[in-house]
Amino acid sequence: MTAPVRPGGDLDSASAAPLHPAAREVLLAALERGYADPRRLHRPGREARLLLDNAREATAVALGVRADEVTFTPSGTHAVHLGLLGLVRGARRGNVVVHSAVEHSAVRHAVEWGARGDEVGVDTHGRVDPAAVRDRTRRPEVGVVALQSANHEVGTVQPVGRLDLPPDVPIFTDACASMGRLALPSGWAAAAGSAHKWGGPAGVGVLLVRTRARWRNPFPGDDRVDERSTGFENVPAVLAAAAALQAVVAEREEINARHHELIDVVRSRVAAEVPDVEVVGDPVRRLPHLVTFSCLYVDGEALVTELDRRGFGIASGSACTASTLTPSHVLEAMGVLTHGNVRLSLQRDATRADVDFFCDVLPEVIAEIRSRVGL
Amino acid sequence: MSTADDGQPVLELDCRTMMCPMPVIELARHLADVEVGELIGVVAHDSAAAVDVPAWCRMKGQDYVGADVTDDGAPRYVVRRLS
Repeated sequence: MTAPVRPGGDLDSASAAPLHPAAREVLLAALERGYADPRRLHRPGREARLLLDNAREATAVALGVRADEVTFTPSGTHAVHLGLLGLVRGARRGNVVVHSAVEHSAVRHAVEWGARGDEVGVDTHGRVDPAAVRDRTRRPEVGVVALQSANHEVGTVQPVGRLDLPPDVPIFTDACASMGRLALPSGWAAAAGSAHKWGGPAGVGVLLVRTRARWRNPFPGDDRVDERSTGFENVPAVLAAAAALQAVVAEREEINARHHELIDVVRSRVAAEVPDVEVVGDPVRRLPHLVTFSCLYVDGEALVTELDRRGFGIASGSACTASTLTPSHVLEAMGVLTHGNVRLSLQRDATRADVDFFCDVLPEVIAEIRSRVGL
Repeated sequence: MSTADDGQPVLELDCRTMMCPMPVIELARHLADVEVGELIGVVAHDSAAAVDVPAWCRMKGQDYVGADVTDDGAPRYVVRRLS
């Protein structure tokens, strides 16, 4: 038994954010109105089609792209698979994908499944060097470059817009960690996002494919409204995701400034008040709401459990908490401590009191876990 | 046991069956068992040790010498005590 999550204690928005208030009414109304098959010409079908088109239009405006470049998918992971493998299928050169060593596992799995990978290392902040990526694209069999907009575990923003690649090598960017919070970078041919990370419902991903991109469906097609999508669209969820995205974009200037400052507080307090700790990721060019640190001699699972007992929900990239028993490949690629790892990511309404309370409790929790092994 | 002079650790910690973070905890516990300038080895199958032993050295101001493999095929991470 654990305590219920204290209000303000869910510090894991990078895993999932609760439904944005702006999406709630939209979702409830759309459950009534948007149940029908949007391909049908009868009245309920036309109604669902209208809502689907509205969602596509609102998403396009919020992201600064064309409506016909937006495809809704059943998850961010599926959007990553479709986007990346579709560029590989349409590639003018070979099927090698040059990608950073810190891509999300969705990218790594897609490469493993349907392409050949060429991994580029990162610096200690987890950032890839644009010149190193460019060098790798000299190989004639390199068809696509995959680079995330920002890292999902340590928050470091990647130089997607500064990749200077040959014109026949398109970029796929996994924007799941940043979509809504940060404007999209420039220069990509296809991109992916995930609604439950910005306060939309789970089960909605967004695939963006530029009009002139050479993208070919890597999976069996379907006869839906949108040629890139397959299966019956979840119209109410898609519309709610679009409403949440619009709201997040509209309020992001204020919220990002507040989050950036609160994360600075966590970064400096943790570094000052917890002995033998390493705060990782770029301190400045980063996602506004996220920080990761690792504590020497601390078992990641014990840390997650003890913080949960005190009403805090955090994620950990330590092997001791992962089903695979291997540590986070992101931390590994950065060469930073993989055990005792905490990823803290703020929910929309996080306050100074919330982060101060976490920082007040953390040192004693760490000390208690260390004392179990006599350190 | 050999001495630090021939590049072999004077102390080898058998952490073959331990999971992270135990190998690094063992290293911290036993660092003082070797003299400054001497080598200590951590033998561990746990894959986190490959990253965590060098990271520990950086954080604690010790010298990470490198990794090799023991006779039974287990990875060994070698550290020189600096302080």
